[in-house]
Amino acid sequence: MSVQSEMPAIKPVKKKLDLQRPLDELVELYAEIPARQFRYCPGCGLGMAQSAIMRAFHRAGVDITKVATAGGSGCYSVMGHYFKSNHIHGSHGRGCAYAMGMKLARPELTVVTLQGDGDLLAIGGNHFIHAARRNIDITVICFNNYNFGDTGGQFAPTTPLGSKTDTSTLGMPEPAFDACKLAIGAGASFVARSTVAHPAHLTKMIADAIEWKGFAFVEVMQHCHVLWGRRNGMPEAMDMMRFYKDNSVLNTSSVPEDERFDIPIYSEDEKNVKFVLGVLNKEQKPEYTEEYAKLRAKAMAKVTGKAKS
Amino acid sequence: MTKRLLLGNDAFCEGLIAGGVRFYAGYPITPATEIAEAMSRRMPEVGGTYVQMEDELGSMGAIMGASATGVKSATASAGPGMALMQNELGQSIVAEIPLVVINVQRAGPGIGNATRSGQMEVMQSRYGSNGEVPAVVLSPSSVEEAFWLTVKAVNFSEMLRTVVIVLGEGMLGLQRAVVDLPDYDDIKLAERPRPSVQPDEFLGNYNANALSDVPPIADFGAGYKSILSSVGISRRGGGDISVLGLSEDDQDFTIRRLHQKILDRKNEITLFEQLMTEDAEIVYIAFGTQALSAIGAMHEARAKGIKAGVLRLITVWPFPEDIVRTCCAKARAVVVPEMNLGQVRLLVGSALANTGIKIVGVNRVDSITITPAQILEKTKEVLS
Ligand SMILES: Cc1ncc(C[n+]2csc(CCOP(=O)(O)OP(=O)(O)O)c2C)c(N)n1
Ligand code: SF4
Repeated sequence: MSVQSEMPAIKPVKKKLDLQRPLDELVELYAEIPARQFRYCPGCGLGMAQSAIMRAFHRAGVDITKVATAGGSGCYSVMGHYFKSNHIHGSHGRGCAYAMGMKLARPELTVVTLQGDGDLLAIGGNHFIHAARRNIDITVICFNNYNFGDTGGQFAPTTPLGSKTDTSTLGMPEPAFDACKLAIGAGASFVARSTVAHPAHLTKMIADAIEWKGFAFVEVMQHCHVLWGRRNGMPEAMDMMRFYKDNSVLNTSSVPEDERFDIPIYSEDEKNVKFVLGVLNKEQKPEYTEEYAKLRAKAMAKVTGKAKS
Repeated sequence: MTKRLLLGNDAFCEGLIAGGVRFYAGYPITPATEIAEAMSRRMPEVGGTYVQMEDELGSMGAIMGASATGVKSATASAGPGMALMQNELGQSIVAEIPLVVINVQRAGPGIGNATRSGQMEVMQSRYGSNGEVPAVVLSPSSVEEAFWLTVKAVNFSEMLRTVVIVLGEGMLGLQRAVVDLPDYDDIKLAERPRPSVQPDEFLGNYNANALSDVPPIADFGAGYKSILSSVGISRRGGGDISVLGLSEDDQDFTIRRLHQKILDRKNEITLFEQLMTEDAEIVYIAFGTQALSAIGAMHEARAKGIKAGVLRLITVWPFPEDIVRTCCAKARAVVVPEMNLGQVRLLVGSALANTGIKIVGVNRVDSITITPAQILEKTKEVLS
């Protein structure tokens, strides 16, 4: 006999941005990390991204058992195992496709993909752009560490032009993707960027993305000092944190003071700035599962109408 | 029962629906396109969901995600689409996500010959994916059987927590026939094993103790921490998965269990039709549409006084070696007609190794049906 029954509706309880709450308590609530199995390199940005995601879960007031995550291959791919949520750890690049199925089959789930920049933008690019186009209510989180970490540091579609990786020892010959522009172009209704060096801002961006009704994309600049950093003059985690701090601005001054988190505001003369943070697109559009539900209701009514007549 | 004139591809669809499938993701491809078309209409009518994905990798990914939430899910494809799906097929089989995939086989390699029929993916169905995954493959010979076998495919996939491939053919998918359709409510449906413990006692979706175990799987959102992973995952002796990767022993247990859980239920899932094999000195072993030619040849041979029989394979994988041996107990020779260059013949050969029985094939790769006359000709050749 199964003890599983109909899924109760989720009642979100929005919490305030609680950055003071000790990490242990959040781990207790949202994570389950088996002893000796924390697999990120010491100092890796993925750990910081993971705590931001836990804080964002808390702020968005999700029921963790109603969260379904999806991911593929990469250093980040253990993250889905660490949460108390449901998770598909499948093949490299397929996260958005798994998410499409989960959300369409059970719209009541909060669906989040956890994907590397290689995973999402190289091998999984097709699923990403089409999920964005459909405006399905999922949150796609991309950990952009400028390279393929798990396979030892080869270049990714995000690797900055000229920078050194295992497969571009003389400098990256290809221009990089701007993941956020790509998402906007594909139709993503919510697009944001932040970095692990701005934990409060990052948490806010992820929480907003989770709460957003429609396709939400968050690019998380997450350092890989061990591979990309070391080859490009930033061998320590702190070097890269400073790199993010020194090169980031907020996209607009319209953000309320208490949500700026001391990030300088973008101005036209700062052409050399590398990271424009904040919500880069926000556009109300019909959401896919809701639209499909209408279509389904019509189809079902037609059939029962026929049966009666 | 209601009589309906059905296209083979529609019979597959109705089989999926009758089997309880409520999520279909697809990408159109000849000669399977009608399945996507029909499912786009039928799924919402029965309260389900149709989604047209961006490619076959996407279709597979979407049905994996949907099935993870406990909704029975399926897709269909052909030729190059099936080639693309191999990666995800392996992922689903090792992650033990129940799914049904219909392959309406077209002819030829590469893009192939879209509008022509073939039987060229017997081996791909079993060996197409990386890493020694098992396969459960069912092959119908008629439109009516396409319906019933697809219902069975859904049931087997749930019972075994695996992917079941229905190996169709263009010739069958695009054939129309009058079919007796039952009241779907009367059909007995199987459900995947779900946890019977409370969430805090749940040890994960791969908690198996014995090689024959099909462990319970928790629907996403049902209150359990449910992880589906295609990284080799079963621990010998039970328990949760390890993110660190498995020991050699655990890997051995994982791979062997994937096969053994199916082999231990082989009797339940091996379907075949056996015609006049008891005294047969020549046995025709065939599957799919070509089995009909074999049956025709058998009747003609019997009329000529030749003791011929037919073994029609319905379950192609796991390959029923024991059934082949029993059916050929009195045989001097076996003829295997198939629309490829001898894939089933190879399997029959290994099943009948060291028996002294002569095994020959009748093979066509031009998409034209093998005729009973061709089979008879071969019969005379081997018996002389
Ligand atoms: C189909 C396939 N091709 C290649 C690989 C090898 N592979 C594993 S992880 C990876 C790249 C990961 O890079 P990214 O997604 O950026 O994640 P990171 O490791 O940097 O966190 C590759 C190429 C694979 N697992 N599957
Ligand atoms: S290789 Fe880089 S991205 Fe991967 S865990 Fe180590 S530091 Fe992090």
